[in-house]
Amino acid sequence: MAATDLFLGLDLGSRTTKLVEMAGGKVIRFDIFDTTHDSILKVRARLDRRDYARAAAAGYGRYLTSAHLDCRVVTEITACALGARFIDPAAGLVIDIGGQDSKVIQLGNGSGAFTEFEMNDRCAAGTGRFLEVMARLLGFSLEEFGRAACETDETVALSSMCTVFAESEVISLLASGCDRKAIARALHQSVADRIFPLAARFDARGDILMAGGVALDPCFVDLLATKLCRPIVVPPDPQLVTAVGAALAAAR
Amino acid sequence: MAGHDELLKGLGLDVELHHKIFDSIDRIFRKTVLAQKDRPGRMAYFDDVIHGAHGARVQEIVERRAAGDKFIGTFCIYVPDELILALGAVPMALCGGTSLSIPYAEKVLPRDICPLVKSTLGLALSNTCPYGPIEDLAVGETTCDAKKKTWDILAAGGDFHVLEVPQKKGPRDRDLWHEEVVQFKVRLEETTGRTLEPEKLAAAVRLMNRKRRALARLNELRKEENPPLSGLDALVVMQGALVDDPLRFSERLEALNEELEDRVRRGLGVVPAGAKRIMVSGCPSVMGNWKLHHLIESAGAVVVCDETCTGTRYFSALVEERGGDLDAQIAAIAARYLTIDCSCFSPNDERIASVVRLARDHHVDGVVQYVLQYCHTYNVEAVRVASALKEAGVPSIKIVTDYSEEDTGQLRIRVEAFLEGLSR
Ligand code: SF4
Ligand code: SF4
Repeated sequence: MAATDLFLGLDLGSRTTKLVEMAGGKVIRFDIFDTTHDSILKVRARLDRRDYARAAAAGYGRYLTSAHLDCRVVTEITACALGARFIDPAAGLVIDIGGQDSKVIQLGNGSGAFTEFEMNDRCAAGTGRFLEVMARLLGFSLEEFGRAACETDETVALSSMCTVFAESEVISLLASGCDRKAIARALHQSVADRIFPLAARFDARGDILMAGGVALDPCFVDLLATKLCRPIVVPPDPQLVTAVGAALAAAR
Repeated sequence: MAGHDELLKGLGLDVELHHKIFDSIDRIFRKTVLAQKDRPGRMAYFDDVIHGAHGARVQEIVERRAAGDKFIGTFCIYVPDELILALGAVPMALCGGTSLSIPYAEKVLPRDICPLVKSTLGLALSNTCPYGPIEDLAVGETTCDAKKKTWDILAAGGDFHVLEVPQKKGPRDRDLWHEEVVQFKVRLEETTGRTLEPEKLAAAVRLMNRKRRALARLNELRKEENPPLSGLDALVVMQGALVDDPLRFSERLEALNEELEDRVRRGLGVVPAGAKRIMVSGCPSVMGNWKLHHLIESAGAVVVCDETCTGTRYFSALVEERGGDLDAQIAAIAARYLTIDCSCFSPNDERIASVVRLARDHHVDGVVQYVLQYCHTYNVEAVRVASALKEAGVPSIKIVTDYSEEDTGQLRIRVEAFLEGLSR
């Protein structure tokens, strides 16, 4: 393969690091691993003996990466938008819920990657982190958590969306003998309620695409789609959308 | 700063805490403003104004007071400085731009109040602001609710005068405001023990107009294809305008403008070709607060206009120089100040139109609407501003933030993404 055809995209998120290699307009290799203090070393080890034309990094660690590796820097907003358009050319809106933030991006129909975006501010509620903490509290793995929530129509009333307060609320619900599945469903609903106003602000023409790890949770996607009264498209590897976009940004 | 310890102690301040707060302002100043490369040589004076605000300038005012002049603290650009100057008194804006004093305000104020008000009150309550003890009169105004009610707290500490700024701009409101300016004159005459003389008022009007013209000239230079001055430096100049002696300030600014004109002639700009041109619109950034401008410019863009109270709102429109009759002069002053398009007015169509016009005149690529957290009027008005800009084809983003540094990472992403979105 011609070295000039190989592009690398990195997405250094708060929870996981994603790496994507693209050549000839296709993803040819990817990798996902936990973000740790020595993520740069891990990235470097995986890059050994690869001959890239160019690379680009997105995510919280983008500057750190560009200081250590020869690569461009791009924000996760632009990268996610580029990735989404590549994966689903009919997409008009992307909802990306990652470990520590969530964002909604309206895609442009011209040459620009996006026209507008919204992000949640300074708060873990409405992010993957919230669901993760709550799953652990209920004694579920993340997969079980989403499945359990799907398996029931029952739900309970939760008054708080704040991670700290919801935690104590869940504990007392458990203590009062509440069904774990019903609590799981209520927690999913609360995140969907939180994301809904961010997304509803945009007039979405085209597909609504979901990116980020939370897109793997079928219950969440279902609840949000119901609330939006629109189907949501989930691509095969939703966590990779931003890294794919970073590789595309490298190629631009 | 340490050189003025005796002075500060003499004023009864908590000198240690004072140093802690002002060292932090200084650290931020060095990291942002002073870290810029190739600054115009004559910016050195304005850097000194910032440094001297808690040393040399205090000393200067202490000396003026010893000679019989009065010192008047203000908190809003609605206060007509002309009247104060004409009575030989020293006006100065005392708004707080530091996060360090905020905990002292939060001891009494609710948390959900804008950082500017909290910082200002915190400086007063922590006994660290050198201007508090030397103030002969403080002047508040009825613009936003947070300020209005804070005046009630501050007024307990000494002489306080509140100017009623109307909320509309109809004929009755004009009359009310005119009456308020007349009352303010009476109060100032009491405080200073002097009588306002028409010639002195005319001279003060000319001086303030000279200052405004110099600031407007600087603003013109920012329209250049490659501006000769960064947005951060323009902000430093504006912050200086609020605290420095107006005559000396005008002279130094006129000199800076000459240097900048020369830079333009020689093609010396502050950014590489293609840098995005940004206008900041909304809440003021007072001394100590360089956060947003630094964020925008360290991402490679350049701020070419400030539609704020530390920007165009301060120097737009001159007072008509009528001379002669005192009443006519006061009427001209009142009329000029009521053109200020603060978001506390309803309706405020003048501001919406002005934002769009400035965006065009300065050839901006995008507008950052700056909202200090919990400032409801600018936050809500941002909705209409954004749609007017959209209609005019100018992209905009709203940034809501306080004085702390904890959200820098988030803000950086938003600002950078906004800039990336402008690169079509
Ligand atoms: S924003 Fe309004 S209240 Fe604040 S300084 Fe400006 S005019 Fe005064
Ligand atoms: S920034 Fe807004 S809330 Fe704060 S003092 Fe000015 S007008 Fe009031």
